[in-house]
Amino acid sequence: MKNLIHISGAFIIVLVIWQLTALTGGWNEALFPTPLHTMLGFGELLRDGVLAADITASLGRFLIGYLASVLLAMVLGLILGWYKGIWAFLNPIAQVLRPISPMAWLPFIVLFFGIGEMPALVIIFIAAFFPVLLATVSAVGDIDPVYLKVARNFGIRQPHILTKIVFPAIFPRIATGLHLALGTAWVFLVAGEMVGAQSGLGFLIIDARNNLRADLLIAAILTIGVLGLLLDNMVRLIEQRIYRLWGMHKRRI
Amino acid sequence: MSYIEIHDVSRTYRQKDQVFQALSHVDLQIEQGEFICLLGPSGCGKSTLLNILAGFDRVTEGTVSIGGKPITAPTIRNVTIFQNYGLLPWRTVEKNVELGLESLHIPADKRHEIAEHYLKLVGLQDFRHHHPAELSGGMQQRVAIARALAVDPDILFMDEPFAALDALTRMNLQDEISSICRQQHKTIIFVTHDIDESVVLADRIVIMTPNPGHIKAILPVDLHGQRDRTSPDFLHVRDRVFQSFSLKPEDKTEYYI
Repeated sequence: MKNLIHISGAFIIVLVIWQLTALTGGWNEALFPTPLHTMLGFGELLRDGVLAADITASLGRFLIGYLASVLLAMVLGLILGWYKGIWAFLNPIAQVLRPISPMAWLPFIVLFFGIGEMPALVIIFIAAFFPVLLATVSAVGDIDPVYLKVARNFGIRQPHILTKIVFPAIFPRIATGLHLALGTAWVFLVAGEMVGAQSGLGFLIIDARNNLRADLLIAAILTIGVLGLLLDNMVRLIEQRIYRLWGMHKRRI
Repeated sequence: MSYIEIHDVSRTYRQKDQVFQALSHVDLQIEQGEFICLLGPSGCGKSTLLNILAGFDRVTEGTVSIGGKPITAPTIRNVTIFQNYGLLPWRTVEKNVELGLESLHIPADKRHEIAEHYLKLVGLQDFRHHHPAELSGGMQQRVAIARALAVDPDILFMDEPFAALDALTRMNLQDEISSICRQQHKTIIFVTHDIDESVVLADRIVIMTPNPGHIKAILPVDLHGQRDRTSPDFLHVRDRVFQSFSLKPEDKTEYYI
């Protein structure tokens, strides 16, 4: 209940500032719309079914790019975390690649994969990859030794030590990485879709801009924010279930 | 030749320039079916000795063998029970008990049957679908005991298994493990720093002291059946343990005269 008060309070403050800015700024309606105009634009997008189609396209792309990325990152992270000798060679490479924005690779991504569907997928893939890889590798290194003792004692051998013991044992730590990667990848979804995609929220933003429809632009921006928040909350709920099940104390991220 | 032979075993750890001697020239023979308590303060090498026997650690010098064979690695024939239980939190109680059975390639229905039997033995059959985090410490350790017994091991190694439990739960579990293990004819090596615990459980108490870790004395406990913690016989054995650690006041006075 208190939460609801906070949220509506924040919402009202934003609306008031927005309205005042639009009134006092003296800009053309087409360049900076009022909240009302944005609402109308939002309604237009809903009626046409454009918004639903773009959300579906974006979520689909996001799901594919994100899942492919985190699956590979988890498998590689498990193996590289276990075989520390190999990781010692790859770690410097990962550390150099990690801080580079996926957008920096764009010319090469277009060169390798063309324009259209692929750049968005590849950019989401890169954005999600490193947080999950690094979280997995470091979690394997920190695993409670008692799990490995139990595994050896009960005659569990590779690859089952990794799949049956190590992976589930460190899963709460990986989940934190997954959560982090989700946020990062969502930020880059829009950027990825600006490169030649013909659908999606990123395309909607480009399209609105090209048609001087600032009302649609803001509607799209707000949609991206709300969807990102929903995704984040979903993952947080799953994460908390995992912590409870694993008997760990609730953590706040 | 005894079932477990520990002959002139030493274990040293090196950390950079420092050498730490955890065990120094330990000799011990253990027969099948014996309940042995390794008793001593921290740093006396009791856990090191247990880890060597369980195959988790190596000797620096000397030899160890079980059933005539040298120990090279952990085996499912000899199961260790840890102080922090070592349960897998993502598995239900039942699935935890079945862990070792999976490695033995026992079919699923047979696994359920065995798990149910041992969960009943430790009184947790109603909790088989719970996760470890939902159970108390004492119940979790019971699950670990059921998991160990489920693979029908020859030896149980127990590394201060009850140290994290409250006193009453601890006493209950001591009585339970004592009767269960004697019924099932297991050989038990039990590490503890609790003198009463060792007197309740052991056939022989191996008293160890630190700097470097070695065996100071081996005390046979001539108490049979259910042990009464308040009986004169019990207190007599307890007294002798105190004497071995030089914890009796009269020892001290003698020392200073």
